[in-house]
Amino acid sequence: MIIKNKELTDEMFLPAKSRNSTEQISRPANTYWQDVWRRFRKNKAAFTGLILITLILLLAIFGPYANHYGYDEQNLSRANLPPKIPILERFPWIGFNGVDINGVDKYEESKVTGYYWFGTDNLGRDLWTRIWKGTRISLYIAFLAATIDLIIGVAYGGISAYYGGRIDNMMQRIIEVLVGIPHLIVVILLILVLQPGIISITLAMVITGWVGMARIVRGQVLKLKEHEYILASKTLGAKNTRMIWKHLIPNSMGPIIITTMFTIPTAIFTEAFLSFIGLGLQPPIASLGTLINDGYKLLRIYPHMLAFSAIIISLIMISFNLVGDGLRDALDPKMRK
Amino acid sequence: MLVTFWVIATFTFFLMQTLPGSPFNDERLSESQKERLYERYGMDEPVPLQYITYMKNIFKGDFGVSFQYDGRSVSNIIGERIGASAVLGTQSLIVGTILGIILGIIAALRHNTSIDYGAMVISVIGISVPNFVFAGLLQYWVGVRLQWLPVAFWEGFEYSILPTISLSVFVIATIARFMRTEMLDVLGQDYIVTARAKGLNGFSIIIKHSLRNAAIPIVTILGPMTVSLLTGTLVIEKIFSVPGLGEQFVKSIMTNDFPVIMGVTLFYSILFIGIVLIVDILYGIIDPRIRLSGGVK
Amino acid sequence: MEKILDVKNLQVSFDTYAGEVKAVRGVSFHLNKGETLAIVGESGSGKSVTSKSLMKLIPNPPGRITSGEILFDGKNLVTLTEKQMQNIRGSDISMIFQDPMTSLNPTMTIGKQIMESIIKHQKLPKKKAKDKTIEILEMVGIPDAVKRISNYPHQFSGGMRQRVVIAMAISCNPKILIADEPTTALDVTIQSQILELLKNLQKKMETSIIFITHDLGVVANIADRVAVMYAGKIVEIGTVNEIFYNPQHPYTWGLLGAMPNVNYRGEELITIPGTPPDLLNPPTGDAFAARNQYALEIDFRFEPPMFKVSDTHYAATWLLHEKAPKVILPESLNKPGLSLSNEKSKESLMKKTDKRQKLLEIKNLKQYFRTGNKQFLKAVDGLSFDIYKGETFGLVGESGCGKSTTGRTISRIYNATDGEILYNNESIFGKKSDSESQKLNQKIQMIFQDPYSSLNPRLTVADIIAEGMDIHELYMNKKERMERVYELLETVGLNREHANRYPHEFSGGQRQRIGIARALAVNPEFIIADEPISALDVSIQAQVVNLLKRLQKEKGLTYLFIAHDLSMVKYISDRIGVMYKGRIVELAESDELYQNPLHPYTKSLLSAIPIPDPKTEHTRKRIKFDEKLSRNGEEEEPVLREVKKGHWVACSEQEYLKINNKDSEVISIYGV
Repeated sequence: MIIKNKELTDEMFLPAKSRNSTEQISRPANTYWQDVWRRFRKNKAAFTGLILITLILLLAIFGPYANHYGYDEQNLSRANLPPKIPILERFPWIGFNGVDINGVDKYEESKVTGYYWFGTDNLGRDLWTRIWKGTRISLYIAFLAATIDLIIGVAYGGISAYYGGRIDNMMQRIIEVLVGIPHLIVVILLILVLQPGIISITLAMVITGWVGMARIVRGQVLKLKEHEYILASKTLGAKNTRMIWKHLIPNSMGPIIITTMFTIPTAIFTEAFLSFIGLGLQPPIASLGTLINDGYKLLRIYPHMLAFSAIIISLIMISFNLVGDGLRDALDPKMRK
Repeated sequence: MLVTFWVIATFTFFLMQTLPGSPFNDERLSESQKERLYERYGMDEPVPLQYITYMKNIFKGDFGVSFQYDGRSVSNIIGERIGASAVLGTQSLIVGTILGIILGIIAALRHNTSIDYGAMVISVIGISVPNFVFAGLLQYWVGVRLQWLPVAFWEGFEYSILPTISLSVFVIATIARFMRTEMLDVLGQDYIVTARAKGLNGFSIIIKHSLRNAAIPIVTILGPMTVSLLTGTLVIEKIFSVPGLGEQFVKSIMTNDFPVIMGVTLFYSILFIGIVLIVDILYGIIDPRIRLSGGVK
Repeated sequence: MEKILDVKNLQVSFDTYAGEVKAVRGVSFHLNKGETLAIVGESGSGKSVTSKSLMKLIPNPPGRITSGEILFDGKNLVTLTEKQMQNIRGSDISMIFQDPMTSLNPTMTIGKQIMESIIKHQKLPKKKAKDKTIEILEMVGIPDAVKRISNYPHQFSGGMRQRVVIAMAISCNPKILIADEPTTALDVTIQSQILELLKNLQKKMETSIIFITHDLGVVANIADRVAVMYAGKIVEIGTVNEIFYNPQHPYTWGLLGAMPNVNYRGEELITIPGTPPDLLNPPTGDAFAARNQYALEIDFRFEPPMFKVSDTHYAATWLLHEKAPKVILPESLNKPGLSLSNEKSKESLMKKTDKRQKLLEIKNLKQYFRTGNKQFLKAVDGLSFDIYKGETFGLVGESGCGKSTTGRTISRIYNATDGEILYNNESIFGKKSDSESQKLNQKIQMIFQDPYSSLNPRLTVADIIAEGMDIHELYMNKKERMERVYELLETVGLNREHANRYPHEFSGGQRQRIGIARALAVNPEFIIADEPISALDVSIQAQVVNLLKRLQKEKGLTYLFIAHDLSMVKYISDRIGVMYKGRIVELAESDELYQNPLHPYTKSLLSAIPIPDPKTEHTRKRIKFDEKLSRNGEEEEPVLREVKKGHWVACSEQEYLKINNKDSEVISIYGV
């Protein structure tokens, strides 16, 4: 850079007046979770997943009340009606006009005046209501299982890692044995004994499901134990409770939440799978699994029954996986400038 | 490992004792059948002795006799059915792994481009959408509407295509994601910078340096992957009416044919334990850090 | 002097989602054939980016060379294609990197990795390439090359791996070798071996070397010319003598002053307050102005151009302009040499020792860790020494000697396997009531090494500092607690506003200060500092060290200072213990230890520390330590014996007598 000499006056060569203190921080304070949320939002796929989950949850809660049809009203004269939705029926190619795959308008045929948004099943029950109620049940089982997994897993993994040494060794041996048993086999066997029901299915999933969470928590706590702030707390005289609740658990929340996000779709899948092989919930309770199973039987002629439940279960699983992925990326401590 | 097997065997034994509709209570059996069973299993003896007989039988490979197929031994049934499942499983594993690796590598090399995002979206769908949904879709569109491929039974190679595709979707998606992560991780390592500093071109860097390092960890997920395939066959075989072990298992559950259920369970467990063992050994061979430890100078 | 590389106004930027970061903002220098040019700077100075850009190794995106020329061999490297660069890399210009643990491909034999270059660039057939590889391995000092050529990297130690990396780099006889902090991750003794190796190779192969480092001692050892970088620009460049003996730029003064001189024992180190600027928005004018105590008004307005001091010496500071006032340099920067104050301080210490009270006594401490069936890692194996009230005791040694373990055992993070530790005459181990345990926790505190893992990222600074107070209930109400926190923050040089911020918003040096505040919060008597400055930049180290010294004076603290940086330890400690393989091999007052080392290991260690003084560095000799030789084949375990007042050495009976007889005259001078 060439500066012309006359620009350089004599004043410029006087010692500078003191400027700002050199210890300022320029950015506003951000807690850890605010940062995580910010990063999460930027990930479009993950954010979409979150919105989908919220939508589905809302529909599961409020859906069944949206129309006046009951959950279990059987009416054989209205069996197997294809879906029909008021405005969308004008666009035949979407398929919501009450016409089945053979081109027959079943509503006309059976002289039905009402609108069944998702159609009806082979016993004339409204599918819209059944599907959302089923979603409720599936989600309920999944959340219940995930919560129990979390409690048992965090406790087991945390204790194992915190105390270390021989306790850890022993607890790990037990886990090794459990891991060796194929998860689904245990589930199947248990259902055989206990007979399918909401509680028994949840129980079966939980019995070996907590192992995944325990391993993750143990891994995380073991890593944290090496961090110097844990040692610092020890030298300051911190007792166990303080270490666990103030230091170890808050810093493990990340992996715990992520693992839970992935446990839920696994649970939903397991429940559907069980229905498929005949060990699912029994009528009159309907879950997504049973609905899919029933829908399969009529796949060739009335695909709409399978279609809706399959789409919804897929959407639930995709959204939870996307959110889980997004969280994993958002929680990853990257370099900050 | 043996402990695991022992736990499973014992567990199934006690289940058998407690199950409703088990040999003790089944009215369907005739007197002579009951007598035979009692003799075979020593059911009139006290429980501990039954247990020992049971364990002895297992070691001999005798899993009992099926209820449903009157008189046929479980081992015989397993032997007959395993063929189809083995073919299906192996095909899916091989196809899935190869395609998964390729997809993962491509995604990693085109990181942060639309190809990467596309591949990742596909794989999320692949692991999320349950395989029976895929199966249904394939059956409906390819089989029924387009009529390109057969949708059921097992009479030739083309019958295995749709089931294999349904099963391998999950494998492809999982391995692709894993491979991509591993590859990206390897590409960020210091020794890759060293390789570039030596003047090596992109191709040799990828193939010679990165691939081996990225692929080694895949061996670790082969174990759980096989389990997923195993359970996947239960559903897929039912949907496509493939006469494999999975379909048999499902049928036995529906008919409460307990000896078969127990036998297949034990068989699956042995299989799984065996695979874990092989994977462990394989990992030790492939990774030189484990194969040759220490001797530091 | 033949110019082999000419860099003109190189500018490199990175495109981040926050904007464009100008990492290198106009760097110009040249490299002559057969010489070594050192590029010195702290983190963020742009030295690494510059070196990588020379070989165009910066990934694009997000980095790109925005302007400038790199002239080599008649071509401008900036304009070459990737394919053309691949022909140059590894054959004409090579590079070696910092971390030998991760620079080599773990699943490829080292032989193959070396042969790759040779086969590609020199087009030799496999057999010939193998022979050449063996030759090169022997040249870099790897014994048993024929066998080891098929070994994998993990089968070598850190120093050996670095030699392999060097072998790879020189395999095709490059004209230029760029070394990016190649010895930073190595122990001092290994470092000096590698530096020697590089110098030998340079002589043999006439390679020109660009050596990047932050350690001025290493620069004094190896460089012919030096370029000092700050905030993406070269602020001063000259021959090594010019830079060390006639520095002109305030930043260079700061760097030289921040390093304790082994031969000088003054009061405070010169520090450079604050931290390097954010290159996302470079400040107008001189980037160093904000931290420059000699800044002129013009420094905040215009960037200074390079002023000529001599044909080989240039500096970019307005102080060299004819209109600028003359500056008086602080004393410590004047010719470092033997200072006379040594004798006096020694005497006074001698007298004090008799009257002082023992605060900590360690007797035959053993700390063994289980590493598998029946195998133990003997981290500490029979350690004994005392620490007096009010002193700073330095514990030095290389990695793996057990010094960190010692610190952690004293603070009761680990339970000792054997031996005793007495604090104020009471054993710190054994069954303790809660209140006794609490008291010990208060009295003995610790400061840790890694500023990035020593603070809980989820807690505010206030909570972190107040943790000790919370546990011991040292306050009555919330207001008192916060008052105390503010007080502590100011004591360590931070602001009150920092109290409700989170650790990730602070720099390394600031975090260390928070850690110190945390330790001070419970009013301790004894502080164990476990490598508190190893992870910090040189100028920041000085800040922390000055703080520690000041606190000691103000609060009468006793320190155990654990480190591997011998010059810093000598500066801050009254007495020093040298550890090797879990034992103390020599213990003496700092000056005595440095001037009169007796144990062969100490001698070897001292001869390996690079001193930031070119004249000394070029004339000293390296002493090698061979454990087997020093034992003279005796079976007897060496024991610590006092050979002079206050000077202990681990030796056998025979050696003790030998030394004693030699120095009998010396002892009488000090009037035992």
